[in-house]
Amino acid sequence: MNLGTRKILDRSFTAVGFGSIAVMGIALLIVLVPIITNGIGSVFFTGTIEHRNMLFNEFGRGNREELAKENAASEVYRKQIYGMLSAFEAELETMDSEKKQDYLSKYGPVKTALQTLIGPLPGEAEAILTRYKYGQTRWGKAEEKLHEFLYETRWDNSNPDAMAKEYFVSQATEFEGTSLVKLFPFVEEHLEDVLRPRFTVYWGFLTDSSVDSHIFGGIWPEIQGTFFLAVGAMLFAFPLGVIAAIYFTEYAREGFFNSILRSANSTLAGVPSIVFGLFGLAFFINTLKVSESKSVLAGSLTLAIMILPTIIRAAEEAILSVPKTYKEASLSLGSTKWNTIMTVILPAALPGIITGGVISLGRAAGETAPIIFTAAVSVGSAIGLADVFSSPTPALSWNIYNLASEHEAAAEIRHVQYGMVLALVSIVLMLNLSAILLRARISKKLKG
Amino acid sequence: MHMTADAREVSQTASGAAATRDIYLPSERKKISGGGTPHVVAKDFSIYYGEFEAVKKVNADILSKYVTAIIGPSGCGKSTYLRAINRMNDLIPSCHTTGALLFDGEDIYGKFTDEVLLRKKIGMVFQKPNPFPKSIFDNIAYGPRLHGINDRKQLAEIVERSLRKAALWDEVSDRLDKNALGLSGGQQQRLCVARTLAVEPEILLLDEPTSALDPKATAKIEDLIQELRGSYTIMIVTHNMQQASRVSDYTMFFYEGVLVEYAPTAQLFTNPKDRMTEDYITGRFS
Repeated sequence: MNLGTRKILDRSFTAVGFGSIAVMGIALLIVLVPIITNGIGSVFFTGTIEHRNMLFNEFGRGNREELAKENAASEVYRKQIYGMLSAFEAELETMDSEKKQDYLSKYGPVKTALQTLIGPLPGEAEAILTRYKYGQTRWGKAEEKLHEFLYETRWDNSNPDAMAKEYFVSQATEFEGTSLVKLFPFVEEHLEDVLRPRFTVYWGFLTDSSVDSHIFGGIWPEIQGTFFLAVGAMLFAFPLGVIAAIYFTEYAREGFFNSILRSANSTLAGVPSIVFGLFGLAFFINTLKVSESKSVLAGSLTLAIMILPTIIRAAEEAILSVPKTYKEASLSLGSTKWNTIMTVILPAALPGIITGGVISLGRAAGETAPIIFTAAVSVGSAIGLADVFSSPTPALSWNIYNLASEHEAAAEIRHVQYGMVLALVSIVLMLNLSAILLRARISKKLKG
Repeated sequence: MHMTADAREVSQTASGAAATRDIYLPSERKKISGGGTPHVVAKDFSIYYGEFEAVKKVNADILSKYVTAIIGPSGCGKSTYLRAINRMNDLIPSCHTTGALLFDGEDIYGKFTDEVLLRKKIGMVFQKPNPFPKSIFDNIAYGPRLHGINDRKQLAEIVERSLRKAALWDEVSDRLDKNALGLSGGQQQRLCVARTLAVEPEILLLDEPTSALDPKATAKIEDLIQELRGSYTIMIVTHNMQQASRVSDYTMFFYEGVLVEYAPTAQLFTNPKDRMTEDYITGRFS
C-alpha cells in the first residue's frame, strides 16, 4: 500500500471515528437538554397563589398573614368574576326555556374551565379530590388553561382525505348578547391579578410526599424507595460478589466445573431484566415467602441477583489485575493465602471492585422491570426503615413509567415526570461520579 | 572481605567486553565461625512442570551462613531450584517434585510441612523490586504484624533495625510514612531485603536481585550481601558471573536442569573441573 493511500485511509478513519463520537454527543445533548431544562422546572417555576394556598393547607408551609393579605388582594378580582357569573345566572332565568337550555349547555364547560383555572367557585360542594380544591398552581399551566377557557376547540372534518384540523372558536362570540360576554376579556386581562404569579423555588419537590397521586407535592417517597432498593441490593450482592470473585480467582481449580460456573455467570449477566423480575416474584415472594407480597426486601433481593454477575466480573478483573509480585512478596514473608488476600490483594484491587460496585448500584437504582412485580407501587408514602421487610415502596424508575403512561392525568403533571427523570439521572450520575472520585483517591493512595 | 570500588569498576568494565572475561576473585574470604553446616540438603531432588523435568536429580548441601551463588544459562533451572527451597513453586499448579529437599533435616516437601512457617524462616527477594503499595513503615512491618507483633514501639524497633541492616535507614528514616513506590529501584530492592529481614529468616534467597537495577544500585546490593554474609545463609541466582565471583563463597553451575559443578567460588572460576563449566564461564556460550 503506498503512502498516499495509507494517509487517506488514516484520515478517513479519523473522520469516521470523530463522526461517530459527534453523533453520540448530539444524541446525548438531545436527550439531556429537555430532561434538564424541564426537570429543573419542577423546582424552579413561576408559582401562583393557588400553589401557595396548597402548600399552606396541605403542608402547613408559608406565612399565614402574608397569604391572607394576598388572598384578599386576589379576592377583589375574584368577586368581580363571581359577580359576572351570578349576573349571567340571573339573566338565564329570564330567558325562554329553549334559549336557556342552549346557553346552559355552553355555560357548563365555561364554568368547569374557569374552576380549573382559578379554583373552586362559591356555592359548589367541596371537592373530594385535592386536585379540584385548587386552581392552577403553575403560571405556565395557567396560561394554557386560560386559552382553553377563552376558546372552544373544534375539529374541521370537511376534507375526508386529510386529517381533521383543529380550530378555535372564541367563547366570547358564543355568548354574544349576554352579560357573560364581559367575563372573557376580564379574566384574560386580570388573570395575573387573580393568580398572582411569582417566581417560586420549591425544594419540597425533592423532600415532600405527593398529594393526590402526584398532582401536587414532591417525589420524596420515590427517591427514598430508590435508595432503599439500590442499597439493599448492594448489601446482598456486593459481599457475595466479591467472595465469589475471590473464589474464582484464587481458589477455584481450572476444570469442567469451574468453566460451567463461569459461563453460568456470563449467561446470568445477559438475562433480560424482566426475567429477573418474574423470577423474583416466583422465587422470593411465592416460594421463599420472604414477605406477604411486594416488599423492599423482595425487590432488593431480585435486584441483587440481577447485578451479581456484573459485580463478580468487575471484582474478578480487579483482582486479576493486581500484580502477581504482590502475592509472591506476601507469601514469601510467611503469610497465609487468606491473609495475603485480605491484606494485599483486596486492598490493591479495591479501586476496581468499588467501581464495579458503584456502577452496579447505579444500575440497580435505574432498573424498572425487576421491581414491578417485587417491590414497586405507583403511589404511596415514604416508608420507614423498619417497614422494608414487609411493605412495598414507590420508586423513581417505576413511577417515571407509571406517571408517563398510566396516570389518569398524565398530561397535567409533565413537570413531575421530568423532575423524576432528572432526579434519577442525577442520582445515577452522582453515583458514577463518586465512583470515579473514590477510585482516583484510592489509586493515588496506592501509588504514593 | 570488602572489595574496593576500584576493583568493582574494573570488573564491570570487563563485563562489558565479552571477549576478555577478567574475573575478579577475592584472594581470600574469611572463614565464618559457626557456619558451614549443611542447611539445605538436596537428595536426588527433581522438579517437574507437568511432564517436563526442569531440575534433574540434584544432590547438594548448601552450607549455613555462607553465600552460595547459582549460575547458568537462561532456562537451566536455577531459579526453579531456588524457588523450590521456600516452596514458591507451589503457585504453579503443574509443578511437583521428587526426591528430598531438607531444611535443617526436615523435608521441605513433607506431608506435614507447614509452608507458611517454612517461608517465614526462608525469606526471598525477587528479580523485580516488589514493595507493597503501602508506606515504607508498613512494608517492613508487614511480616512482623503477620506473625503477631502489634506493639507500635516494638514494630518501630524492628523497622529501624531491618532498614539499618539493609543499609537503607539513612536514606529513608525521615519519610517512613511515605509510599514505598516513591523510592528508586535500588532503594525499593533494598527495602525488599529489609522487609524479608524483618521476619528474621535463617535463609535469604535472592532471585537475580540486581537484574532490574543500574550499576550503582547493583553495587549497593552487592555490598549489602557482603554485610549480611555470616549472619544468614544466602543463596543468590545471578546471570552475572562477575557478580557471582564477587559476592559468593560457593558457586553452583546448572545446565539444562543438571547441577554440573558445585565448588568454592575461587576454585570454580579459576580451575573448573567440568568442561561445560569452563566453556560457560569463559563465555563460549551463555
